[in-house]
Amino acid sequence: MRLLTHNMLSSNIKGVSNGFPLRIEVGKVVEKQVDFNADFLRNMFPKIEWKAFVDAAKTVGYAELPEEVDSSALESEEFLNKFHHALLELHLEEGALVCPETGRRFPVSKGIPNMLLHEDEV
Amino acid sequence: MPFRTAQIGLVSSHPEVYEPCDDSFALVDALLADRNHLLEHHPTLCMEVGCGSGYIITSLALILGQEAPGIHYIATDTNPHAVRVTSETLEAHGVHAELVNTDIALGLEKRLAGLVDVMVVNPPYVPTPEDEVGREGIASSWAGGENGRSVIDRILPIADNLLSDKGWLYMVTLICNNPSEICLQMRERGYASRIVVQRSTEEESLHVIKFWRDLDAQEDGKQMVTPNKTAPARGVMESLLSQFPLLSTWRTNSNNSS
Ligand SMILES: C[S@@+](CC[C@H](N)C(=O)[O-])C[C@H]1O[C@@H](n2cnc3c(N)ncnc32)[C@H](O)[C@@H]1O
Repeated sequence: MRLLTHNMLSSNIKGVSNGFPLRIEVGKVVEKQVDFNADFLRNMFPKIEWKAFVDAAKTVGYAELPEEVDSSALESEEFLNKFHHALLELHLEEGALVCPETGRRFPVSKGIPNMLLHEDEV
Repeated sequence: MPFRTAQIGLVSSHPEVYEPCDDSFALVDALLADRNHLLEHHPTLCMEVGCGSGYIITSLALILGQEAPGIHYIATDTNPHAVRVTSETLEAHGVHAELVNTDIALGLEKRLAGLVDVMVVNPPYVPTPEDEVGREGIASSWAGGENGRSVIDRILPIADNLLSDKGWLYMVTLICNNPSEICLQMRERGYASRIVVQRSTEEESLHVIKFWRDLDAQEDGKQMVTPNKTAPARGVMESLLSQFPLLSTWRTNSNNSS
C-alpha cells in the first residue's frame, strides 16, 4: 500500500465523525521504484492532505518532506523527487491502519488493507 | 514486449475467485474499442470495483500503458482471495494497482470523492434470491439479488460520488438487469450513456455501457421526472430506448444468439 492510498482512506465505522487520518502501525515497509512523472505529481498535489502525508511518511521512516508547502514548491525538482518517493515508492507491506477515534485496527497484509466492517459497525 | 491486454496464461487464480469469462472479455473489448478516447481523456486516477482475478484492471493498465504514463490505478473487492490474486496478476504483467479489500469503496468514499476519472465495473449481476448476495466465497461474484440489481444499485450512487467532473464509468449489465432503466436512473443523476459493446450468447445477452456526466442530460433528466413532459425529454427517452433495439426480441426469443 502506497502512502497515496493511505491519504485516501478513512475509517467509516458507524458513529465516527472524523476517521481521518488513520494512524499507521508499521510491521514492514518496502521500497519499490516507480517511474517519475511530474504531471502526475502536479495533478495529485492539490488532492493530498499534506499534514497527514508528512506524518505518514515519518511513521514509515521518511522525514525529508517539508512540514508546510504551497503549490510553488512544484517548481522545485528536489521537492518533486521527495514527493514522488514518499507518495509512490514507500509501501506499507505489513501492519495496520488504526481508526483515530475508536482505535479499531484495519489490518494490512501483503500490502493490501482490509477496510471491511463487521455487521455491528455499519 | 508490452502486452496489449492481460494474458490469460499469466492471470492468477484461486478456487474462490471468479475466472475471466465472457463478461470480462466484453468489458476489456469495450476498453480496447474506446482506447483512443481514453488516451485523449488523460485520466489521472482509474478504479475498478470488484476486480476478481485482476484481468480487467491489469488489461486497463496495459491498454493505456506506455502512451499514458503516470496514471494511478486502484481496485477493490470484498473477497480477500480476489485482491490477493489480482496483485499476483498485476505483478505477472509488470504493472501496478493499489488494492483495497473492501465493500465497493468503503473507506475511500470521503477522500476519493470527485477524483476518479475512469471507473470500470463487472458487477455480480445474476438474478438470485436476495440472501445469496454478498455471501462469502465465489457465489458473491455473480449473485445479484432481485433482477441482479442489488449490488449494481448500490454501486451507482457511489460511482456518482467518486467520479470526477470528467469521469467515465464502464459497466457490464445483463439484459435482465433492465439496462435501459439503469440508463434512465443515471440520466436523472446527470449522466449520458452509450452502449460500447453488445454480446449475446446461448445463456446471456450482455451490454457494456459507458456513462459520462453531461449537463444536457441533467436538464433532460430533471424535465423527465416532472409531470409536464416536454419535447426534449421525450426525445431523450426515445434515443435511449432505441439503443436497446433487441430488448423485446431477447425477451421473447431466448435462443437468439450470435
Ligand atoms: C463478475 S465478477 C468480475 C471479476 C473481474 N472483474 C472480471 O471481470 O473477471 C464480480 C466481482 O465483484 C466482487 N464483488 C461482489 N460484491 C462486491 C462488493 N460489494 N464490493 C466489491 N466487490 C464486490 C466479487 O467478489 C467478484 O470478484
